[in-house]
Amino acid sequence: MEFLSILSIFVMACFVGYYVVWSVTPALHTPLMAVTNAISSVIIVGALIASSAAAGGSETSKWLGLLAVVLASVNIFGGFAVTRRMLAMYKKKDKKPAAAK
Amino acid sequence: MTAEAVTATPAWAMLAYLVAGVLFILSLRGLSSPESSQRGNRNGMIGMAIAVITTLVLHGVGLPLILGAIAIGGSIGWFIAQKIKMTAMPELVAGFHSLVGMAAVLVGCAAYLNPAAFGILDAATGEIHAVSRIEMGLGVAIGAITFSGSVIAFLKLSGRMGGNPIMLPGRHIINLGLLVGILGLVGYFVTDQSPWVFFTITGLSFIIGFLLIIPIGGADMPVVISMLNSYSGWAAAAMGFTLQNTAMIITGALVGSSGAILSYIMCKAMNRSFISVIAGGFGAAPEAAGGKGGGVQKAYKAGSAEDAAFIMQNAESVIIVPGYGMAVSQAQHALREMGDLLKKEGVKVSYAIHPVAGRMPGHMNVLLAEANVPYDEVFELEDINSDFAQADVAFVIGANDVTNPAAKTDKTSPIYGMPVLDVEKAKTVLFIKRSMGGVGYAGVDNEVFYMDNTMMLLADAKKMVETIVKALGH
Repeated sequence: MEFLSILSIFVMACFVGYYVVWSVTPALHTPLMAVTNAISSVIIVGALIASSAAAGGSETSKWLGLLAVVLASVNIFGGFAVTRRMLAMYKKKDKKPAAAK
Repeated sequence: MTAEAVTATPAWAMLAYLVAGVLFILSLRGLSSPESSQRGNRNGMIGMAIAVITTLVLHGVGLPLILGAIAIGGSIGWFIAQKIKMTAMPELVAGFHSLVGMAAVLVGCAAYLNPAAFGILDAATGEIHAVSRIEMGLGVAIGAITFSGSVIAFLKLSGRMGGNPIMLPGRHIINLGLLVGILGLVGYFVTDQSPWVFFTITGLSFIIGFLLIIPIGGADMPVVISMLNSYSGWAAAAMGFTLQNTAMIITGALVGSSGAILSYIMCKAMNRSFISVIAGGFGAAPEAAGGKGGGVQKAYKAGSAEDAAFIMQNAESVIIVPGYGMAVSQAQHALREMGDLLKKEGVKVSYAIHPVAGRMPGHMNVLLAEANVPYDEVFELEDINSDFAQADVAFVIGANDVTNPAAKTDKTSPIYGMPVLDVEKAKTVLFIKRSMGGVGYAGVDNEVFYMDNTMMLLADAKKMVETIVKALGH
C-alpha cells in the first residue's frame, strides 16, 4: 500500500475513534481503558512476524519478537479478561444481588 | 521486485485485518451502555483472534515456539486478571501500558535488525525505506516513552514509590532538550541508518519517559494514566505504518484518541491545562497554598456514628459522595450495606461521582459496581449537582478537594475554577475524614469542615461506615 492510502485510513480512524469514545458512558471509563489496553496489543502482529521470520533473518530479531509475543499476550488475555470481570459487575437496580460477603 | 513482491500481503489477509479493525471499533462502541458492553468486549476478542490467526497463517514458521510464547504470556495475563483487586485497577492498567510500550520497542528493534521480513527493505539500495525509518524511529520512541513512563506510574500508583512529585532543577530544559534531540535523531535516521542512531533514539526515549512522569503526582495521576493510554495507542499506530497493517493503524488511532479524550476530560474536571499537568509539581507545597487563616485552628463539630445513623434514618434523601479515601480503606462493601439499610427505611439513596474521584477515570464506578451498587443509582457530577439543594444529607466519604466550595469563590485558591460537587447546599453534611490534620491532594483547607450544618466523622472510612451500619441495625 502507498503511504498516502495508509495515512487516509489512519486519519479516518482517528475521527471514528473521536466520536466512538465520546459516546462511551463515563461510568465505563475504567473498562474503556482496560479494553483499549487489550486491543492496542494488536502490536502482537508485528511481534509474530518478527518471531516467525527466522529463515534468512537475524536470530536476535526472532528472540526479540518472541519476547514481544509474550508481553503482548499478557496484555491481550489480561486486558480482555479483566474487562470482562469488571463489566460483569455492572448491574441494574431490579436484580436483587445475592447477599454480599 | 524481489523483497517487496515476496512479502506483499494477499488480498484476503488485508480484508481480514480490516475486519479485525472494524471489530475493535465495535468493541469500543459497545461501551456506550452497560447492557451492550459485554458484547463489545467479545467483539474485541474476536477481532484479536482474527488478527493473530491471519498473521500466523501468513508467516507461520516456527509455530511451536510462537504458540508457547502466547501460552506463557496468556496464562500470566489471565491469572493476573482473575486475582487483581478492583481497588488496584489503576496500577494494573499502568502496568499493562508498560507492556504495550515495551512490545512496541521490541518489535521496532526486530524490524530494524531484520527489515526484509517486514517488507521495508529497499531492494535497489539494500537499505530500509526512508519513510519506514521515520515511522520506525517514531514508533520506537513513543513505545519507549510509554514503557518507562508507565513503569513510574505503576510504582507511584501501587505505593512502591512516594506519590509526591519529585522535582529536578532545570527539568523543563532537560526534557525539552531531550525531545529536540530525539526528533532531530529521527530526522537524521533518514540519512544514516547506522545502529547508534537507532539505539540512541531508543535510549533517550526511555530517559524522557522516566523524567516526564517523575514530577507528576497525586491528584494528577488520572491524567497521567490516560495520557499513557493514548501513547500506547500512538505507538501501535506507528508500528502499523511500518508494517502497513490496517488492523494496527485503526486500533492505534482508536486507542490514541481514546486516551487523549480521557486526558482532556480529566484536565477539564480539574480546570487545569494539559501543559500544566505535564509540567508537573501540583500539590508540592501544601502549607503555602490557599485557605485564609491557615495557622488558626478553626472550630468544627465532631459527631459519632450513632449521630450519623440517626440523622440519615430520619432523612428523605441521602447523596453519597465517594472519593479516593473510600478506595484506600476498601469501604465500598460496607457503604453499599449502609445504603441498603437506609433504603429499607424509605430513604432515597444516590451516589454522586466527580470525574476525577479516584486515581483513574471511572474508578469509583467500578468499585461501587463491585460492591453491587446498581449503576442506575450512580450519577455523574453534571447530572446530580442540582439535587444537593434538595437533599437532606450529603455523605462525603474519602473525598475532599472535589467538594471544596473555594473552587467556586476563592480566586487565590489553587483549585479555583474546578467544577465541584455542591455538598454544602445539602441540609446536613456528614464528612468522613481520618483526622482534621490532613488536607486533600491539592493541599487546600476545605471550609465545608467548619460549616454549622457539617458534622465531621473522624475515623477510618471503613470502620466508621461499619459502625454506622451497626447503629442502623438497631
